[in-house]
Amino acid sequence: MLLAIDTSAGTSVAVVDHRGHVLAERSTDDTMRHAEVVGQLIEDCLREAGLDAGALTGVVGGMGPGPFTGLRVGIAAARVFALGASRPFLPVISHDAIAWGRYQAGHTGGLLIVTDARRREVYWSAYSGSDAAGLPVRSDGPGVAKPDVLLGEDWAHARLPRFDAAAVSAGELGRVAARRLFEGHPFAADEALYLRSPDVTISAGPKRVSR
Amino acid sequence: MNRLDPLVLGIETSCDETGIGIVRGTTLLSNTIASSMEEHARYGGVVPEVAARAHLEELVPAIHAAVAEAGIRLTDLDAIAVTSGPGLAGALMVGVGAAKALAVALGKPIYAVNHLVGHVGADLLRNGAEHADEPLEYPTIALLVSGGHTSLLLVRDLVSDVELLGETIDDAAGEAFDKVARILGLPYPGGPEIDRAAQGGDPRAIRFPRGLSRPKDMALHRYDFSFSGLKTSVARWVEQRQDAGETVPIADVAASFREAVVDILLTKAVAACVDLGVPRLLLGGGVIANARLRALAEERTTAAGIALRIPPLSLCTDNGAMIAALGAQLIIAGHEPSTLGFGADSTLPVSEIQV
Ligand SMILES: [Zn+2]
Repeated sequence: MLLAIDTSAGTSVAVVDHRGHVLAERSTDDTMRHAEVVGQLIEDCLREAGLDAGALTGVVGGMGPGPFTGLRVGIAAARVFALGASRPFLPVISHDAIAWGRYQAGHTGGLLIVTDARRREVYWSAYSGSDAAGLPVRSDGPGVAKPDVLLGEDWAHARLPRFDAAAVSAGELGRVAARRLFEGHPFAADEALYLRSPDVTISAGPKRVSR
Repeated sequence: MNRLDPLVLGIETSCDETGIGIVRGTTLLSNTIASSMEEHARYGGVVPEVAARAHLEELVPAIHAAVAEAGIRLTDLDAIAVTSGPGLAGALMVGVGAAKALAVALGKPIYAVNHLVGHVGADLLRNGAEHADEPLEYPTIALLVSGGHTSLLLVRDLVSDVELLGETIDDAAGEAFDKVARILGLPYPGGPEIDRAAQGGDPRAIRFPRGLSRPKDMALHRYDFSFSGLKTSVARWVEQRQDAGETVPIADVAASFREAVVDILLTKAVAACVDLGVPRLLLGGGVIANARLRALAEERTTAAGIALRIPPLSLCTDNGAMIAALGAQLIIAGHEPSTLGFGADSTLPVSEIQV
């Protein structure tokens, strides 16, 4: 039984069993209120699934890519929930959850997943298809780019069918994790995928005040 | 829940310190702090995004370390406390998200509290310290000075009645230290560097302005502070010397600048005590580490017959123990836990002790 949390777009929380059945899922598309809603969504999902934390076998965190401020809330919540419940933390790349959803819905072959990175940029991940277990096989990315880069003829993944997602489902994230556990596939690195350095400029020294 | 001596874990992420504290009532069990200060040094000040990223990485190790030091299990806790504000929004959100998850995972109540009031609550944790058995008396004036805030409070009761008397209208005092350190070519953080540079300097060598101290300012901003004019005045003074090809007497500039800051802070704090008939002053915030501030505070309060309280310095800088201590006081006073819907409020007013 897995608790899954993703805040790479809105906030989504789910409880998924080891066979990938979603027992509860609660989400909001609001991209500004991650810290406000995350606690209640976790509590609601556990209640709806009829579980307490002790019944979980792991906590899945969506590692992004996603806009930083929101992304961090879910990763912090998932890591600390895992610590509090003494269960392993299972990091999954958020785009894998979107790709999983497409393949489950019948898509086959190559796929480009695109999400909003704000500041007039997008995050992208390229997939070559799904493996025998149904898990999406990421061939490149995640990356961040100006939208017109993706539209350029000469871009490496320009020919892939493209899917733009506005939300990431924690249910799908949890199902990816459940399948990975079942197949014995490794998880992603436990690091937030910001894909951008913090914007800071190194000071050139104090400015003159007198003229 | 143990309401007499509650075991509380506090999470503080309002600025650049990831603080995890564990207290049992007023007994400090752990004050674990991971600071990202070194990462900010090359930028000359706290960079919010750098601070927030560091919080995310430090939280879990800091909780582990605090629990180990306190010799408890997380399941033993009576409650979780967390800073809801004021502070840097993105940094606060990391702590808020984590604290809620921990509370739900453990099935424990959560108390979302005010960072500034937490600084006052730090004074309750005095195990082994001087005056350990003299409880904090009310009302008290509190002067909180750090790189993020400069506030003067009237505390009638820690858990129910705190009023803002005044605050900085521009830079925080700690920021002024950082900026003047840069003007003098000294590294970040500026407080300890200015202190070091001021050794042997004459604090009366240069009369730098005391912000908001003229009669018309005092009418409007009696208990408010301003440090940006002081910083500009130091910069202009230094530039004039440089333009004239003279050497800048760094020790005198540092000592005179520090004296201007410390003087105005204590003039206004003591005035508040006198005006309001409150013979108690409590200091808090990272700038309290400044030895000259503490020395002048002793001098001025003694002269005015005011009792001075300074929490241990390790509890003056931002920390999770003070947040846990305030949470414990709320529990002891019978306050209900916060509901899970609270957020991070970067401008949370000091009168909102619990969110
Ligand atoms: Zn502070």
